[in-house]
Amino acid sequence: MGIVARLAIGAVAVCAVGAGAFWALTAPVRLDDVALAALGQGDATRGERMFWAAGCASCHARPKAEGDAKLELAGGVELKTGFGTFVAPNISQDPRDGIGAWSVEDFANAVMRGVSPEGEHLYPAFPYTSYARMKPSDVADLYAYMKTLPAVAGRTPEHSLSFPFNVRRGLGLWKHLYLSDGPVIAFDDPPTDAVLRGRYLAEGPGHCGECHTPREMTGAAKTGQWLAGAAAAEGDGIVPNITAGEGGIGDWSQDDIVNYLETGFTPDYDSVGGTMVEVQRNMERLTQEDREAIAAYLKAIPPHPNGYPPRQQKPSS
Amino acid sequence: MKRLVLALSALALAGTAAFADPIAERQAIMKANGKALKSIAGIAKGAEPFDADVVMAALKTLNDAAQKIDVAKLFPEGTETGGDTTASPKIWEDMEGFQKAVEKFRTDTAAAVAASPADLDAFKAEFGKVSQNCGSCHETFRIKKG
Repeated sequence: MGIVARLAIGAVAVCAVGAGAFWALTAPVRLDDVALAALGQGDATRGERMFWAAGCASCHARPKAEGDAKLELAGGVELKTGFGTFVAPNISQDPRDGIGAWSVEDFANAVMRGVSPEGEHLYPAFPYTSYARMKPSDVADLYAYMKTLPAVAGRTPEHSLSFPFNVRRGLGLWKHLYLSDGPVIAFDDPPTDAVLRGRYLAEGPGHCGECHTPREMTGAAKTGQWLAGAAAAEGDGIVPNITAGEGGIGDWSQDDIVNYLETGFTPDYDSVGGTMVEVQRNMERLTQEDREAIAAYLKAIPPHPNGYPPRQQKPSS
Repeated sequence: MKRLVLALSALALAGTAAFADPIAERQAIMKANGKALKSIAGIAKGAEPFDADVVMAALKTLNDAAQKIDVAKLFPEGTETGGDTTASPKIWEDMEGFQKAVEKFRTDTAAAVAASPADLDAFKAEFGKVSQNCGSCHETFRIKKG
């Protein structure tokens, strides 16, 4: 065999090993048996709390839906990001166009691991990176509640992403690096029950960090600047720093935070704006105890200066 | 009260001519709205006792401000940026939608003044309708900047 042929065989072998390794490392990882066993029966009444805490309707109801239309999860909201445009899919109970045919295990794997029933990776525009921290029983409750919501026919358009982000399989690697079900903030002193409850709500279902924490180029959250504020995923704006660091909300009392989540007004009676309007309208449906827990958590987390660059002053024309 | 009168007359004056500095003008209106709202939010929450005079004064301030939001004068082309405005470019992309949102605020504040709420429940109903406008409009037409 000539040298060229040998080199060619070698190159093919290297490629094959590389492809094999890529395939193995990018395989979808589903929930283990322990997690699946912890799903339990699921209770629709309890699940309603999770539905609002997790903000499902904010992306999955039709754009601008109000009132009962928020419970029709036909999808269609677009998220225009640097990676491309994501379209929130139909997650109504329609068996063909929505998720009506999914089992509770299918649902939990999608919500907590970003894996579809067909075994494809879902994009983390769907914040399973946060939902991974949810209790399986809460996810089962959410499933039970969503079973009570209407079926709506109609598929949404596909995401429109550029290469390499359009290769779903690659997300397997990303998940190996960045998907974790552990808490983000570890407290030195034993925290109060309220802080722990708030941590669960904020870091898990509430997915506050998805917008309020700056991201790496890869899209991973910079957990060292947790909730320090970030450039908005869409448009030119910013998402505020909600730690007690400079530029943040250190001068808000716990009651101020509770009041904001309940009414949408800051201590100065400026109002909630942007995508936080949807979030606040979800938060006002939680119990006062849940809002107080989130506020207690925000008062307890480490302070950071703003996680976004200072404003570029543009001259007035 | 004196301050309120001054603020109102300032607004009245401002309404008569094109604004020298539309960005500063619209920010002043919004600040005054926030103040008026703050003066009655405690009542709406039940943290402070109902006071019909305080309520009416604040509702009138809000309504007067709302009627003075002349979109063409306050949001002319060329004021999309500068003066640390937090107006969203969507105002100019969707002028019609923005006009509609302003119109709704006007209608709701005028209705609240006309209702002249005499007790807490009546006031809460009006307060709810009026204050909904803040978030609804800011959801689309304002962006936070660093």
